[in-house]
Amino acid sequence: MSQLETFYEVMRRQGITRRSFLKYCSLTAAALGLGPTFAPRIAHAMETKERTPVLWLHGLECTCCSESFIRSAHPLVKDVVLSMISLDYDDTLMASAGHQAEAILEETMQKYKGKYILAVEGNPPLNEDGMFCIVGGKPFLDQLKHAAKDAAAIIAWGSCASWGCVQAARPNPTQAVPIHKVIKDKPIIKVPGCPPIAEVMTGVITYMLTFGKVPELDRQGRPKMFYSQRIHDKCYRRPHFDAGQFVEQWDDEGARKGYCLYKVGCKGPTTYNACSTVRWNEGTSFPIQAGHGCIGCSEDGFWDKGSFYDRLTDINQFGIESNADEIGTTVAGGVGAAIAAHAAVSAIKRAQHKGE
Amino acid sequence: MSTSVKSKAVEREQLTDNHHSGEEKIITRRQTAVYVYEAPVRLWHWITVFSIITLCVTGYFIGQPLPTQPGEASDNFLMGYIRFAHFAAAYIVTIGFIGRLYWAVVGNSHSRELFFPKFFVKAWWKEVWHEVRWYLFMEKTPKKYIGHNPLAQLGMFFLFIVGMVFMIFTGFALYSEGAGQGSWQDTLFGWVIPLFGQSQDVHTWHRLGMWYLITFIMVHVYVAIREDIMSRQSLISTMISGWRMFKDDKPD
Repeated sequence: MSQLETFYEVMRRQGITRRSFLKYCSLTAAALGLGPTFAPRIAHAMETKERTPVLWLHGLECTCCSESFIRSAHPLVKDVVLSMISLDYDDTLMASAGHQAEAILEETMQKYKGKYILAVEGNPPLNEDGMFCIVGGKPFLDQLKHAAKDAAAIIAWGSCASWGCVQAARPNPTQAVPIHKVIKDKPIIKVPGCPPIAEVMTGVITYMLTFGKVPELDRQGRPKMFYSQRIHDKCYRRPHFDAGQFVEQWDDEGARKGYCLYKVGCKGPTTYNACSTVRWNEGTSFPIQAGHGCIGCSEDGFWDKGSFYDRLTDINQFGIESNADEIGTTVAGGVGAAIAAHAAVSAIKRAQHKGE
Repeated sequence: MSTSVKSKAVEREQLTDNHHSGEEKIITRRQTAVYVYEAPVRLWHWITVFSIITLCVTGYFIGQPLPTQPGEASDNFLMGYIRFAHFAAAYIVTIGFIGRLYWAVVGNSHSRELFFPKFFVKAWWKEVWHEVRWYLFMEKTPKKYIGHNPLAQLGMFFLFIVGMVFMIFTGFALYSEGAGQGSWQDTLFGWVIPLFGQSQDVHTWHRLGMWYLITFIMVHVYVAIREDIMSRQSLISTMISGWRMFKDDKPD
């Protein structure tokens, strides 16, 4: 790993022709939603910039983010991992293990102090001094804080690192928290999803390496290029929603005809992600295309928003499982009964005092 | 309008004078009708009525849509029309509300009643209590009021004004999701969504807000009819003509 080697040099060393390299730059520009004029800029950046190391930490997680990442089609994860970024530490993907692996982490942190990108998959549990997640003999919380100290920027992979996800769902016994609750002095790019789409993950890294800056983020810290619209906004079943054609039951005619899954609880209208445009597994499909509603996996606290199959969320705070309409009709019914009773008493009182 | 208020003030003075001189006889007086609700207030009231009815009906069917429409998707636009009606009514009610705020500044003193209950005036709370007793059948006669009675002010403020502001903010936050990031709706109201958690939470709260306003409407309509019959002044016709009539000439 030479300090002076550029992305381009690495790619050439790997036998990639200049023609392929330029094609790749155009493809990346398109994938990032940039205009054709950006392709030469990407090429220029890759010819002149030295590789940026990425440290990839794993906290409380299920490795679904890594599994998604290695299935990236555009750009091929092979290019990302081996050519573009120098993924110096990722205990799931790297060849070395144990003390050797931990030594690489330290070495990279010192060598590229303030320059490396820290990618975090999973999140730290705070309960019992962080003892619910131990990495290299120490709580993950310590490793996270240690590695974050000299990072240029931090990528929060997946819903775990971004929001908390399943381990932070009620009642959250380990007190798992998203990483922005622990690290407050670094720019954090949230790439939520359970897992995030592979092309979204590589796209975010590519952008950061090419332009040397954090992509434009929305109010909640997600890259706008992939998270600025809801699944619903770009869903191919949207015309059925506007027409008022819904799947009412899982085995009805509407389900066979591919109508909108709104009534059976699809969370597409409240979920910000790129599933309906980028899709999954090299653009093969996505949940709604497979006939199941979106479960809103890239949204904050999606495990605690009631059933995946209800349109209106159950509100547990009222002691019983009831949604807004059930509570509303109960309250309105109670008020209506009170009004009727009050009106009756008023009428009696008035009759009594008639003529006064 | 100013003359009628003045005439009332004069009458009040006479009443106190008589009281001080220790006269026991009941003083009768002629109370002329008072112009309370100016035309923009009345117009706003009825526009808001029809808009909120539209919003509640369409909003209900956005959360719990009607049965599936037959035929091709291109032949139907039911959900689209329902949502259009909801958004159009929302704009009307919001612009109306802003206009009403403006009128609270430039209108007569009654136009400010809804927005500024006199929380820090002890006598005002006493009259709230009097109204509560009247509604619990513990007072034989209610007091006369030109504008809203203190209990009504309290109800209008917490049920209606607070409810409306809540619905406008959550509603436009949800609308901004469709309008897109960077739209003025997003700039002004987009921050509401992370405040509540996520989009689904805002949907739930917005729907609870609908039921809050429905409860308000039920109480509002009942009380208006009841007061029209049982109180000492006109209620319903006042919101049509603007004039408050008093049914007796007895003192307040």
